[in-house]
Amino acid sequence: MHIAEGYLPPLHAAAWGVASAPFVVHGVRALTREVKANPESTLLLGASGAFTFVLSALKIPSVTGSCSHPTGTGLGAILFRPPIMAVLGTITLLFQALLLAHGGLTTLGANVFSMAIAGPWAGFGVYWLLRRFDVPLMVSVFFGAFVADLVTYCVTSVQLALAFPDPSSGFLGALGKFGSIFAVTQIPLAVSEGLLTVLVMRLLVKSSKGELTRLGVLLQGGRKSDTTTEAAVR
Amino acid sequence: MSRNAKINTLLLLVVAALAVLPLVLGLGDHKEEPFTGADAEAEVAITEIQPDYEPWFSPLYEPPSGEVESALFALQAAIGAGVLAYYFGLRKGRRQGEARAKTAEHHEVAEAQGTGDGAHEGAAAGHPLP
Repeated sequence: MHIAEGYLPPLHAAAWGVASAPFVVHGVRALTREVKANPESTLLLGASGAFTFVLSALKIPSVTGSCSHPTGTGLGAILFRPPIMAVLGTITLLFQALLLAHGGLTTLGANVFSMAIAGPWAGFGVYWLLRRFDVPLMVSVFFGAFVADLVTYCVTSVQLALAFPDPSSGFLGALGKFGSIFAVTQIPLAVSEGLLTVLVMRLLVKSSKGELTRLGVLLQGGRKSDTTTEAAVR
Repeated sequence: MSRNAKINTLLLLVVAALAVLPLVLGLGDHKEEPFTGADAEAEVAITEIQPDYEPWFSPLYEPPSGEVESALFALQAAIGAGVLAYYFGLRKGRRQGEARAKTAEHHEVAEAQGTGDGAHEGAAAGHPLP
């Protein structure tokens, strides 16, 4: 669930926009480079974007008695790295802001920062670390996607707490409040997202060995792991 | 069912259970309006913290009703699911095509050499290995 239209004061909205813009511009460059260098990756890029589209359209009930939706950004971040995911995530957020009145144009910068930048980077970082320590591919993918999802909503909570500190308990009080709304709700959804990302990765390992090897997810010969960890992450 | 398919089914079942359990266990019962969106709850929390805050911008287009909104959300999911299905379908078709082409090649070689075992291997190659 993104920050609704008009619900960030103008100064905050502008600041998050400024913070996000370079990541998205850099991402567009990375994306064009990728497509030019490997035209055959366009299909898998489309599939990664599509995964985000599906997952962020599914509002799922959670333990807190409210609903939220996963982000689907972990998969693209693991496959194509976070800069490219910044672009795919921004496209999804634009679609929702323009057609669904979900999120918004004034809060786009903040929402892009949480869902398309912070989440993918955190998720990719966890995935990368786990792979370095020889953790099995699917376990790393699960935690990568889980963290990408959860961090997105933690950042959303921070953004709101910065904009609306509690009059008595200040920033931390507000963070607790928004965190209990967003982050706690998100925990089971992040588990779901991790499992679904593992499912899609399993299908990809079966169907797209060559592509995954080129992207460095699988090693030469389609193996999932190797004693030489150096090669595990491109 | 192959072991692979069993694992995939199990993954989907766990995801479904995670979504359904909060409803079955009535975890939303303590609320006036159970299972509203977290973003709407955040709006309420903002108004609690800063009662005089007014959203300074409203969406350019707002779906006129909950039905239209859910239709658009379904459309978003459908577009995504469609592209994903296209991707995996195409991959599967390509693999099958490659396997068939290989078999055909094998057949020609086998026929040229006058041996008959190409047909048997061809049937196996028609179904790509998991």
